[in-house]
Amino acid sequence: MINEFTMIDVAILTLLAATAVTVARIRDLWAAIMFTGIYSFLSASWMLSLDAPDVAFTEAAVGAGIATVLFLCTLALTGKNEKRFPRFSPVPFLVVTITGAVLVYGTLDMPHFGDPDAPVHQYPSPSFVERSQDDMHGLPNVVTAVLASYRGYDTMGETAVIFTAGTAVILILRKEEDPDDKADGSEEEAA
Amino acid sequence: MVEAAPMLVAAAEAVAALGGSRQTEWMCAVTAMAILVTMTLALVRAMLGPTVFDRVLALNMFGTKTVLLICVVDFLLNRNDFLDLALLYSLMNFIGMVALLRFTEYGSFGGDRIR
Repeated sequence: MINEFTMIDVAILTLLAATAVTVARIRDLWAAIMFTGIYSFLSASWMLSLDAPDVAFTEAAVGAGIATVLFLCTLALTGKNEKRFPRFSPVPFLVVTITGAVLVYGTLDMPHFGDPDAPVHQYPSPSFVERSQDDMHGLPNVVTAVLASYRGYDTMGETAVIFTAGTAVILILRKEEDPDDKADGSEEEAA
Repeated sequence: MVEAAPMLVAAAEAVAALGGSRQTEWMCAVTAMAILVTMTLALVRAMLGPTVFDRVLALNMFGTKTVLLICVVDFLLNRNDFLDLALLYSLMNFIGMVALLRFTEYGSFGGDRIR
Protein backbone atom coordinates (compact mmCIF):
# COMPACT_ATOMS: atom_id res chain seq x y z
CA MET A 1 0.00 0.00 0.00
CA ILE A 2 1.37 3.41 -0.97
CA ASN A 3 0.39 6.30 1.25
CA GLU A 4 1.97 9.68 1.86
CA PHE A 5 4.35 8.36 4.54
CA THR A 6 5.73 5.76 2.16
CA MET A 7 6.32 8.47 -0.42
CA ILE A 8 8.09 10.71 2.11
CA ASP A 9 10.24 7.79 3.30
CA VAL A 10 11.20 6.79 -0.23
CA ALA A 11 12.06 10.38 -1.15
CA ILE A 12 14.19 10.85 1.98
CA LEU A 13 16.00 7.54 1.42
CA THR A 14 16.73 8.46 -2.21
CA LEU A 15 18.19 11.80 -1.10
CA LEU A 16 20.23 9.94 1.55
CA ALA A 17 21.71 7.61 -1.06
CA ALA A 18 22.54 10.54 -3.37
CA THR A 19 24.22 12.41 -0.50
CA ALA A 20 26.24 9.34 0.54
CA VAL A 21 27.55 8.83 -3.00
CA THR A 22 28.46 12.51 -3.18
CA VAL A 23 30.36 12.35 0.13
CA ALA A 24 32.30 9.34 -1.13
CA ARG A 25 33.15 10.85 -4.52
CA ILE A 26 33.83 14.52 -3.75
CA ARG A 27 37.51 15.52 -3.33
CA ASP A 28 36.96 18.94 -1.77
CA LEU A 29 36.92 18.02 1.94
CA TRP A 30 35.18 21.24 2.98
CA ALA A 31 32.22 20.33 0.75
CA ALA A 32 32.34 16.73 2.03
CA ILE A 33 31.90 17.97 5.62
CA MET A 34 28.94 20.04 4.44
CA PHE A 35 27.39 16.98 2.84
CA THR A 36 27.83 14.95 6.04
CA GLY A 37 25.79 17.69 7.73
CA ILE A 38 23.07 17.28 5.09
CA TYR A 39 23.26 13.50 5.52
CA SER A 40 22.71 13.73 9.25
CA PHE A 41 19.76 16.13 8.85
CA LEU A 42 18.21 13.71 6.35
CA SER A 43 18.73 10.62 8.49
CA ALA A 44 17.31 12.46 11.51
CA SER A 45 14.20 13.33 9.47
CA TRP A 46 13.88 9.72 8.47
CA MET A 47 14.12 8.57 12.09
CA LEU A 48 11.47 11.13 12.94
CA SER A 49 9.14 9.73 10.28
CA LEU A 50 9.78 6.27 11.78
CA ASP A 51 8.44 7.74 15.07
CA ALA A 52 11.75 7.70 16.96
CA PRO A 53 12.07 11.30 18.15
CA ASP A 54 14.76 10.50 20.77
CA VAL A 55 17.15 9.06 18.22
CA ALA A 56 16.37 11.90 15.85
CA PHE A 57 17.13 14.39 18.63
CA THR A 58 20.53 12.79 19.28
CA GLU A 59 21.34 12.51 15.60
CA ALA A 60 20.54 16.18 14.99
CA ALA A 61 22.55 17.36 18.00
CA VAL A 62 25.58 15.10 17.53
CA GLY A 63 25.62 14.50 13.78
CA ALA A 64 24.67 17.92 12.47
CA GLY A 65 26.00 20.03 15.34
CA ILE A 66 29.07 18.62 17.10
CA ALA A 67 30.43 16.38 14.34
CA THR A 68 30.44 19.21 11.79
CA VAL A 69 32.40 21.47 14.13
CA LEU A 70 34.85 18.67 15.06
CA PHE A 71 35.42 17.83 11.38
CA LEU A 72 36.06 21.49 10.63
CA CYS A 73 38.56 21.72 13.52
CA THR A 74 40.39 18.71 12.03
CA LEU A 75 40.32 20.33 8.62
CA ALA A 76 41.85 23.50 10.07
CA LEU A 77 44.86 21.40 11.17
CA THR A 78 45.21 19.36 7.96
CA GLY A 79 44.67 20.12 4.30
CA LYS A 80 41.54 21.06 2.43
CA ASN A 81 41.88 18.57 -0.43
CA GLU A 82 42.10 14.81 -0.55
CA LYS A 83 44.84 13.13 -2.56
CA ARG A 84 43.51 11.93 -5.88
CA PHE A 85 43.58 8.21 -6.69
CA PRO A 86 43.10 7.82 -10.44
CA ARG A 87 43.41 4.03 -10.56
CA PHE A 88 40.37 1.82 -10.05
CA SER A 89 41.35 -0.69 -7.35
CA PRO A 90 39.26 -3.90 -7.53
CA VAL A 91 40.09 -5.46 -4.15
CA PRO A 92 38.57 -2.76 -1.89
CA PHE A 93 35.56 -2.57 -4.21
CA LEU A 94 35.09 -6.36 -3.91
CA VAL A 95 35.45 -6.28 -0.10
CA VAL A 96 32.90 -3.46 0.21
CA THR A 97 30.45 -5.22 -2.09
CA ILE A 98 30.70 -8.53 -0.20
CA THR A 99 30.35 -6.79 3.18
CA GLY A 100 27.28 -4.91 1.95
CA ALA A 101 25.73 -8.11 0.58
CA VAL A 102 26.34 -9.88 3.92
CA LEU A 103 24.74 -7.00 5.80
CA VAL A 104 21.67 -7.06 3.54
CA TYR A 105 21.50 -10.86 3.96
CA GLY A 106 21.54 -10.33 7.73
CA THR A 107 18.43 -8.16 7.56
CA LEU A 108 16.41 -10.84 5.76
CA ASP A 109 15.24 -12.72 8.85
CA MET A 110 14.62 -9.59 10.91
CA PRO A 111 11.00 -9.08 11.98
CA HIS A 112 8.90 -6.85 9.80
CA PHE A 113 8.64 -3.14 10.71
CA GLY A 114 5.92 -2.66 13.35
CA ASP A 115 5.45 -6.41 13.91
CA PRO A 116 3.81 -6.83 17.35
CA ASP A 117 5.31 -10.34 17.73
CA ALA A 118 8.88 -9.09 17.30
CA PRO A 119 11.23 -10.09 20.16
CA VAL A 120 11.87 -6.44 21.00
CA HIS A 121 8.19 -6.08 21.87
CA GLN A 122 8.10 -9.28 23.92
CA TYR A 123 11.28 -9.26 25.99
CA PRO A 124 11.36 -6.18 28.28
CA SER A 125 8.11 -7.06 29.95
CA PRO A 126 5.05 -5.41 28.37
CA SER A 127 4.25 -3.86 31.73
CA PHE A 128 6.38 -0.88 30.64
CA VAL A 129 3.80 -0.17 27.96
CA GLU A 130 0.93 -0.70 30.38
CA ARG A 131 2.28 1.25 33.34
CA SER A 132 4.41 4.06 31.91
CA GLN A 133 1.39 6.29 31.25
CA ASP A 134 0.49 6.24 34.96
CA ASP A 135 4.07 6.29 36.25
CA MET A 136 5.12 9.22 34.08
CA HIS A 137 1.93 11.23 34.52
CA GLY A 138 0.73 10.77 30.96
CA LEU A 139 3.99 10.95 28.96
CA PRO A 140 2.91 9.43 25.63
CA ASN A 141 6.26 8.06 24.38
CA VAL A 142 7.34 4.85 26.15
CA VAL A 143 10.89 5.01 24.81
CA THR A 144 11.34 8.49 26.24
CA ALA A 145 9.94 7.28 29.56
CA VAL A 146 12.43 4.39 29.71
CA LEU A 147 15.42 6.46 28.60
CA ALA A 148 14.83 9.60 30.59
CA SER A 149 13.07 8.38 33.70
CA TYR A 150 13.29 4.63 34.40
CA ARG A 151 16.96 4.74 33.42
CA GLY A 152 17.52 8.17 34.90
CA TYR A 153 20.26 7.15 37.37
CA ASP A 154 22.05 5.21 34.65
CA THR A 155 22.03 8.27 32.40
CA MET A 156 23.24 10.47 35.26
CA GLY A 157 26.17 8.09 35.88
CA GLU A 158 27.08 8.13 32.19
CA THR A 159 26.98 11.92 32.19
CA ALA A 160 29.24 12.04 35.26
CA VAL A 161 31.75 9.68 33.58
CA ILE A 162 31.81 11.70 30.38
CA PHE A 163 32.15 14.96 32.31
CA THR A 164 35.08 13.54 34.32
CA ALA A 165 36.79 12.30 31.16
CA GLY A 166 36.35 15.66 29.45
CA THR A 167 37.71 17.53 32.47
CA ALA A 168 40.75 15.24 32.60
CA VAL A 169 41.48 15.70 28.90
CA ILE A 170 41.22 19.48 29.22
CA LEU A 171 43.52 19.45 32.28
CA ILE A 172 46.12 17.36 30.44
CA LEU A 173 46.02 19.27 27.16
CA ARG A 174 45.71 22.70 28.77
CA LYS A 175 48.19 25.28 27.54
CA GLU A 176 50.28 26.66 30.37
CA GLU A 177 50.35 30.42 30.77
CA ASP A 178 54.02 30.92 29.95
CA PRO A 179 55.47 34.44 30.37
CA ASP A 180 58.42 33.68 28.02
CA ASP A 181 56.04 32.64 25.24
CA LYS A 182 54.21 35.96 25.56
CA ALA A 183 57.45 37.91 25.40
CA ASP A 184 58.46 35.98 22.24
CA GLY A 185 55.13 36.72 20.64
CA SER A 186 55.38 40.45 21.27
CA GLU A 187 58.93 40.49 19.93
CA GLU A 188 57.83 38.75 16.75
CA GLU A 189 55.04 41.21 16.29
CA ALA A 190 57.40 44.12 16.87
CA ALA A 191 59.83 42.68 14.33
CA MET B 1 -9.08 45.16 15.31
CA VAL B 2 -12.72 45.09 16.38
CA GLU B 3 -13.90 44.27 12.85
CA ALA B 4 -11.15 41.69 12.35
CA ALA B 5 -12.11 39.67 15.42
CA PRO B 6 -15.21 37.92 13.93
CA MET B 7 -13.19 37.03 10.84
CA LEU B 8 -10.47 35.51 13.01
CA VAL B 9 -13.06 33.48 14.90
CA ALA B 10 -14.57 32.28 11.63
CA ALA B 11 -11.13 31.33 10.31
CA ALA B 12 -10.34 29.43 13.50
CA GLU B 13 -13.65 27.57 13.22
CA ALA B 14 -12.92 26.68 9.59
CA VAL B 15 -9.46 25.35 10.54
CA ALA B 16 -10.96 23.36 13.41
CA ALA B 17 -13.52 21.83 11.04
CA LEU B 18 -10.69 20.84 8.67
CA GLY B 19 -8.58 19.33 11.43
CA GLY B 20 -7.82 15.66 10.83
CA SER B 21 -10.02 15.57 7.75
CA ARG B 22 -9.12 14.07 4.41
CA GLN B 23 -8.53 17.51 2.87
CA THR B 24 -5.98 18.49 5.53
CA GLU B 25 -4.15 15.23 4.96
CA TRP B 26 -3.97 15.79 1.23
CA MET B 27 -2.88 19.37 1.67
CA CYS B 28 -0.09 18.33 4.03
CA ALA B 29 0.96 15.48 1.75
CA VAL B 30 1.18 17.77 -1.29
CA THR B 31 3.12 20.33 0.78
CA ALA B 32 5.53 17.61 1.91
CA MET B 33 6.09 16.56 -1.71
CA ALA B 34 6.77 20.17 -2.73
CA ILE B 35 9.25 20.57 0.14
CA LEU B 36 10.99 17.35 -0.87
CA VAL B 37 11.30 18.58 -4.46
CA THR B 38 12.83 21.83 -3.14
CA MET B 39 15.24 19.78 -1.01
CA THR B 40 16.29 17.82 -4.09
CA LEU B 41 16.94 21.04 -6.01
CA ALA B 42 18.99 22.45 -3.12
CA LEU B 43 21.00 19.22 -2.99
CA VAL B 44 21.69 19.42 -6.73
CA ARG B 45 22.89 23.01 -6.31
CA ALA B 46 25.12 21.95 -3.42
CA MET B 47 26.62 19.19 -5.59
CA LEU B 48 27.18 21.42 -8.64
CA GLY B 49 27.86 24.69 -6.82
CA PRO B 50 31.08 26.12 -8.22
CA THR B 51 31.76 28.53 -5.35
CA VAL B 52 31.72 28.09 -1.58
CA PHE B 53 28.80 30.46 -1.23
CA ASP B 54 26.50 28.48 -3.55
CA ARG B 55 27.10 25.49 -1.30
CA VAL B 56 26.59 27.43 1.93
CA LEU B 57 23.32 28.87 0.63
CA ALA B 58 22.17 25.43 -0.52
CA LEU B 59 23.02 23.86 2.85
CA ASN B 60 21.25 26.62 4.76
CA MET B 61 18.16 26.23 2.57
CA PHE B 62 18.31 22.48 3.03
CA GLY B 63 18.26 22.86 6.80
CA THR B 64 15.32 25.26 6.63
CA LYS B 65 13.41 22.84 4.42
CA THR B 66 14.12 20.03 6.91
CA VAL B 67 12.51 22.14 9.64
CA LEU B 68 9.48 22.76 7.40
CA LEU B 69 9.23 19.07 6.54
CA ILE B 70 9.22 18.16 10.23
CA CYS B 71 6.42 20.65 10.86
CA VAL B 72 4.36 19.24 7.97
CA VAL B 73 4.90 15.65 9.15
CA ASP B 74 3.88 16.82 12.61
CA PHE B 75 0.54 18.08 11.30
CA LEU B 76 0.17 14.97 9.13
CA LEU B 77 0.56 12.69 12.16
CA ASN B 78 -1.46 15.01 14.44
CA ARG B 79 1.32 15.02 17.04
CA ASN B 80 2.43 18.24 18.60
CA ASP B 81 5.71 17.09 20.15
CA PHE B 82 7.65 17.19 16.88
CA LEU B 83 7.57 20.99 16.81
CA ASP B 84 10.21 21.09 19.60
CA LEU B 85 12.45 18.99 17.37
CA ALA B 86 11.94 21.48 14.55
CA LEU B 87 13.21 24.20 16.91
CA LEU B 88 16.29 22.10 17.76
CA TYR B 89 16.97 21.55 14.06
CA SER B 90 16.89 25.25 13.28
CA LEU B 91 19.31 25.92 16.17
CA MET B 92 21.66 23.17 14.90
CA ASN B 93 21.44 24.59 11.39
CA PHE B 94 22.45 28.01 12.73
CA ILE B 95 25.41 26.65 14.73
CA GLY B 96 26.67 24.58 11.81
CA MET B 97 26.34 27.54 9.49
CA VAL B 98 28.25 29.88 11.83
CA ALA B 99 31.03 27.27 12.21
CA LEU B 100 31.29 26.72 8.44
CA LEU B 101 31.39 30.42 7.65
CA ARG B 102 33.89 31.17 10.40
CA PHE B 103 36.16 28.46 9.05
CA THR B 104 35.76 29.78 5.51
CA GLU B 105 36.62 33.32 6.63
CA TYR B 106 39.56 32.61 8.97
CA GLY B 107 40.70 29.10 7.98
CA SER B 108 40.99 28.13 11.65
CA PHE B 109 39.13 28.19 14.95
CA GLY B 110 42.05 29.05 17.26
CA GLY B 111 41.71 32.82 17.04
CA ASP B 112 44.90 33.63 19.04
CA ARG B 113 47.10 31.52 16.77
CA ILE B 114 46.38 33.48 13.62
CA ARG B 115 49.21 35.77 12.61
